[in-house]
Amino acid sequence: MSNTRDKAGFANSRISRRTAIKGLGAVAALGTAPGYVRYAGAQTSEPIRIGFQAHKTGIGAAYGRWYEKTTMAAVKLINDAGGINGRPVEIITEDDGTDPARGAEVVAKLATQHKCDLVYGTLFSHVVTGSAPVAGELKVPYFVVSEGYHVASGKLNRWCLQPGITDVRSQVTSVAPWMAGNLGKKVTMIFPDYAFGYDHRDYLPPALKAQGAEVLAQIAIPPTETSFTKYLPQIPSDTEVLYHVMVGPAVLTFVKELGEFYGSSGPQLFGFIDSLEAVDINSPGLEFLDGSHFWEGSPRYAQENDSDAQKAYRAAVGIDDNGASLQDPKDISTAAHMFGCWETLYVIKQAMEACDYKSTDDRAKLVEATEAMTEMKEGPEHPQGDKIFNGKIHQAFGHQNISKLEGGKLKVVHRTSIEDGQYEPQADYTTTPL
Amino acid sequence: MSFGPHLLLACLEGLVTAAVLSLTALGLSLVFGVMRIVNVAHGEFFMLGAVLAWWAASLAGGDPVIGFLLALVISPLIVGAIALLSERLVLRRLHYNPEATIVATIGLLYILQQAALSLYGPEARPVPAPFNVRIVLPWFGYSGYKLFVIAASASLLVATWLVLTRTRIGLVMRATQYDRETAQAFGIPVDRVYGGVFALGAMLAAVAAVLIVPIQQAHYLMGRDPLLLSFIVVIIGGLGSLRGTLIAALLIGLSDGVISMFFSPTLAKMIATLAVALVLVFRPQGLFGTAQR
Amino acid sequence: MSGAKAISLHVAVIILLFALNFLLPEYHHGVLARVMVFAVFAMGYALLFGYAGLLSLGHSMFFAAGMYGAALPVLHLGWSAPLAFVAGIAAGTALSLLIALLALRTTGVAFMIVTMMFAQVFYLAIIYFSPWTRGDEGFALDRQARIVDLGGNLVDLTNPTARYMIALLLFTIALFTMLRVVTSPFGRVLVAIRENEERTRMLGYNTFANKLVAVVVSGTVCAAAGAAYALLFGFAGAGFASVQYSILPLLWSLLGGAATTLGPALGALFMYYLVDITSGYTSAYLLFVGILLMLLVLFFPKGILGTARDRWARWLP
Repeated sequence: MSNTRDKAGFANSRISRRTAIKGLGAVAALGTAPGYVRYAGAQTSEPIRIGFQAHKTGIGAAYGRWYEKTTMAAVKLINDAGGINGRPVEIITEDDGTDPARGAEVVAKLATQHKCDLVYGTLFSHVVTGSAPVAGELKVPYFVVSEGYHVASGKLNRWCLQPGITDVRSQVTSVAPWMAGNLGKKVTMIFPDYAFGYDHRDYLPPALKAQGAEVLAQIAIPPTETSFTKYLPQIPSDTEVLYHVMVGPAVLTFVKELGEFYGSSGPQLFGFIDSLEAVDINSPGLEFLDGSHFWEGSPRYAQENDSDAQKAYRAAVGIDDNGASLQDPKDISTAAHMFGCWETLYVIKQAMEACDYKSTDDRAKLVEATEAMTEMKEGPEHPQGDKIFNGKIHQAFGHQNISKLEGGKLKVVHRTSIEDGQYEPQADYTTTPL
Repeated sequence: MSFGPHLLLACLEGLVTAAVLSLTALGLSLVFGVMRIVNVAHGEFFMLGAVLAWWAASLAGGDPVIGFLLALVISPLIVGAIALLSERLVLRRLHYNPEATIVATIGLLYILQQAALSLYGPEARPVPAPFNVRIVLPWFGYSGYKLFVIAASASLLVATWLVLTRTRIGLVMRATQYDRETAQAFGIPVDRVYGGVFALGAMLAAVAAVLIVPIQQAHYLMGRDPLLLSFIVVIIGGLGSLRGTLIAALLIGLSDGVISMFFSPTLAKMIATLAVALVLVFRPQGLFGTAQR
Repeated sequence: MSGAKAISLHVAVIILLFALNFLLPEYHHGVLARVMVFAVFAMGYALLFGYAGLLSLGHSMFFAAGMYGAALPVLHLGWSAPLAFVAGIAAGTALSLLIALLALRTTGVAFMIVTMMFAQVFYLAIIYFSPWTRGDEGFALDRQARIVDLGGNLVDLTNPTARYMIALLLFTIALFTMLRVVTSPFGRVLVAIRENEERTRMLGYNTFANKLVAVVVSGTVCAAAGAAYALLFGFAGAGFASVQYSILPLLWSLLGGAATTLGPALGALFMYYLVDITSGYTSAYLLFVGILLMLLVLFFPKGILGTARDRWARWLP
């Protein structure tokens, strides 16, 4: 396999609204587009090879594009600073089509054909679950940036880790007290009837109950649905807070229909920004969200009290104060999640340095070194904030942001403590052999 | 919400579904009925129509009405041209062999999806509705634009029906559908009819997409469900029956809406799908079809 | 004569696959194990589609029935892998019998749509029962559950060679079952039904019964593939029940040649590497996959082996 490839491909060049307009007029250009960059980073001897399982196509493609940008930005910085253990880092990207079957194949390909030291970067939890057995069998460390409660549940295996982003169980546990205290005690949940929604379905009700609040109804929307109005009457009329989590292209429809249904009345809204990642918050139809609250992992909009690390991170990834691409203000990032790629890569770096990682023979040592981590300090390596890593369940815990949408911007109004998101661990991977 | 208003809402939603579905399905029905081929890429024509509507809205720069009207014109034209091109370049050379056509249209599906992903992007993008009126009822609010979609679809259906039954083009198409060999013997240019039907089918899908996109957003993977639902509508309605297609669309739209009143969303979808499947099991030729020829 | 030629060819394919176990580099070795399981799925599909002429768009439900029939007992009841495999196959047989009784009231495109809708209901059911199935996220099978005790010998299904050999065994059984079926009187009746059902009925055959058996055999083979996938690769997810996995075996069959025994497997292998290789060169690989499919079908309208049979090798079964 050659190590460098042509740089001119359109996967590498950003697809902006403008180029999209131009492009649509010139479909012919498509056929002539050459390959894309599979390998990045300096090419000296023996780079550390990180396999990147990317959602380039399929339903996760909007996220995948920004995960890739963040990854490349972090790797560039790591390499500029001398790489890991004196070796440059090379990212080898394979598309998993956001499909668990292909995902498993891709992990095998990265591990056995590309001889990557580890596999990293998966977001969608069904792809994580589908790929995890392969990682365990091939004994290749698998660092996911997924926020699902799959790693921490103990249902995967010792080779799967999530050190750069918190899981949904922790997120909902953290935000529940604020919701119950500030918005209302009678909550109705609307969420997608698939993996991402299950974690919300299962862990929000107990977290609210602990605050003396209750879930009145849970409305799970099947994944193929494109219209929501007909389900809105199922929302009990005494609902004080409507908790909404939607992912995918239908989210704008959902909000718009909610607005048409309720008009200016209606319950308080609390949503997970996952719904609106890569979507302009000022899109037509989203006016109804004005004044509502969102969970954000890392804030999309630059805040007044941003740390220098946060500012440097935003500049390196190339997003402006509105969380949009510096080249195209219409190209909105997935800011609430993609920081996890950055932080995960720095965790990998730190763990590799701690165990003096030399070759694929040291893969088990890398897992153990990661497990040995406890505190991660806020700073250039962790721009979202400090974190605590639980080596037994392979999961990081951190701060969550609750933002209010005002004047077309999201402003952080509350930042939870790490303790808010702690729960009793239900597994211990370290007891299983590597 | 009490039963009456809830039912009203469910029916309104069902009508919107039915309106858009009947247009999309009508396109598929023509292709299916006349050419006897399974066009797996039909949903992608729908998707393309939506993406082009977004493009038109961007070109119009801000004014939603102009953007909408522009989309209504150029989107079907471009989609029709692409359909015609693929028909001439590939399907014709396959002599409309049903099996080879499935592979070819799967290929076309991949090409169109990738083109949309590469040139338009993976995001869902909204297209502003030409007008925003919220109709306030005592129990809930409803989108005025959705009512417009129902009306617009109905008039387009009437127009298509008139073309099919009252014009020479329609006569030629029906003759080809009824008996290809005889039509050819009577001097009907069957080959050109096929090209035209394929393009027309795609254009109807594109028009449906332009109508729906202010409600639903343009996304490069949006074509799958319209494809599946259109197939269902066409077969339930009975091949080649315009009336059947319309009634099947109403049946599916309204049952989907009404059943959703009584069950949790996923269960409602299961029951609605099963109910429609059983209609076909006990009436295999469709509601208005004659036995297959 | 042609029968002997055909059998030699099939035996040669199996010997080649056996030899490849020792020759292939690690990655391609793993790929081939996966492709063989999918090839079984494709053969099960093609038996119905290619020979009996029944185009189903619902076979993902049979694959998924096998997958969940095997994986759910392992997850919730702690069953051993062999028992779970049998359960998966039984689930597929039962479901295909039920579907056959309902769907075979229809023919042609109506059959296609009815099977698609039943499969959609099945898919939604997996989602609906997510507290048990984990819906679309699916679940991984515990490694311990995939180590099988066969009379004192431990067979580790997570071991690449063991997995390859089991996949090859399943593939061999499926291939020769298919060869046997299509050359048997039953297979000839199916072809006769495909060509002209009315005439076959006039000749005194019970076409319904024959089609019923065809659907059940087809569904059972597909379920075996699904059960094998779950146990060999340790994952079950609702995605395998989606319409995409109904279209794939159709595509594989058509590409390789639907009414051939080896065609569906060849189609599965071809599609796998088409995606795998093109995605290595461009992120817009679906474009090239699409173009290649179109070109292929222009030159091989009956699939690779189907067209090869027409032109060069009349004896291909």
